[in-house]
Amino acid sequence: MQKLSTRHLLGIKDLTPDDIELIMATAREFKEVINRPIKKVPSLRDVTIANVFFENSTRTRLSFELAQKRLSADTINFSASASSVKKGETLLDTVNNILAMKVDMIVMRHASPGAPHFLAKHIKANIINAGDGTHEHPTQALLDSFSIRERLGGDLTGKKIAIIGDILHSRVALSNILALKKQGAEVTLCGPATLIPRFITDLGVKVSHDVKQTLAWCDVANVLRIQLERQQIKYFPSLREYSLYFGINKKMLDDLNKEIIVMHPGPINRGIELSSDAADSHHSIILDQVENGVAVRMAVLYLLAGQN
Amino acid sequence: MQRKLILSSPLLEITISRLCQELIENHQDFADSVIIGLQPRGIHFAKRIHQELEEITGKIIPFGFLDATFYRDDFRRRELVKAKETKIFFVIENKRVILIDDVLATGRMVRSALDAMTAFGRPEKVELCVLIDRIYNRDLPINADYVGKKVNTLDTEKVLVELQEQGHPLDRIWLITN
Repeated sequence: MQKLSTRHLLGIKDLTPDDIELIMATAREFKEVINRPIKKVPSLRDVTIANVFFENSTRTRLSFELAQKRLSADTINFSASASSVKKGETLLDTVNNILAMKVDMIVMRHASPGAPHFLAKHIKANIINAGDGTHEHPTQALLDSFSIRERLGGDLTGKKIAIIGDILHSRVALSNILALKKQGAEVTLCGPATLIPRFITDLGVKVSHDVKQTLAWCDVANVLRIQLERQQIKYFPSLREYSLYFGINKKMLDDLNKEIIVMHPGPINRGIELSSDAADSHHSIILDQVENGVAVRMAVLYLLAGQN
Repeated sequence: MQRKLILSSPLLEITISRLCQELIENHQDFADSVIIGLQPRGIHFAKRIHQELEEITGKIIPFGFLDATFYRDDFRRRELVKAKETKIFFVIENKRVILIDDVLATGRMVRSALDAMTAFGRPEKVELCVLIDRIYNRDLPINADYVGKKVNTLDTEKVLVELQEQGHPLDRIWLITN
């Protein structure tokens, strides 16, 4: 039987196209499971998972926790704001203390890029990266791909996907670019020049600064949040100006006269990157993304746990 | 490796007809009965039984497949098994369920299927129908109610079911000895 080529999910970078297919196929079956009258399976009943969040999160954390509960795993939660990290304990010490309580898997979010990669070198448990700074957020990219496949039917070969907004600070953007390219999709990034990293075209993507042209080209628009909390300098004159040049509203989508899918990883800055009428329109699959997130995370947890 | 043919056409068709008659004897018009084939290999045999039963009775009998991968007792102990599709579009609450698989050996797959089935309701009764029963290979106290053919096999032997639906030229069931 196929299994994943890796023991940890640190980033999409380490996954092979076959790994992605296996995760997608397994997630489809878990989606069926979470729509049953009884939504729980006993697979991970002898597995203990620690959710270690050094950075705030609502969706990802709830989604992981729910996925773990649906798989019957035992879970413990840890958030940095209420812990000994405040007293100066190092990352490795904190995690080793958690592991001493016989934990099998760690789901970690950390503000520093590479934090889960560092841990993977020093500990035995399986590690799932739930976002490391501005680097990667692999489960988000997997659930985005799953949601696009579900809506378009079939795989992503040759599909045109635009990622619009703050590419520079977005871990969702990098993971999505890698995941989409591995599945054979065409990717265009769109945003102000200051928010698009230099040399990003080396990843095989196109860059545009015209949101209308990009929307006319793409089958799917994945709109990203402006990450004000990560911006230490001004990258654009004002939010109002950003919204005028790069914001998407329902009229723009309707004027395209074609089927277009709008996605957003959340939380939405309503009225900045996406207007309320666009976010709530029939083009939007934002809430499907949230539902699929649980199924995809169940698949990742199940496949990683099954390797022991 | 040695292969011995244990069942093939036309005896296979006769066996399927006999199983259908036995099922009709117990379920009459199938008013409260449903058929569930077990993934991955039981579904083709289950489809044949279902088709023949519908032809004989002239009734529509609810039919689904169940994948019990997530309920297996060897997770993290053996190689991962890829999950297959589950399709049960009916409620099994208070129904008489006929579970169908191709080969019954250790009984562990049936145990997981019984567990998996409870996610769809509490059936009134569950019966098991299998094409081949490897009578002395059981690990669990599980037996089939309807058996196509009983075979006496060693643990080291294997039963290979080849049906045309799986892409084989002929319907043949083999006993394989290494």
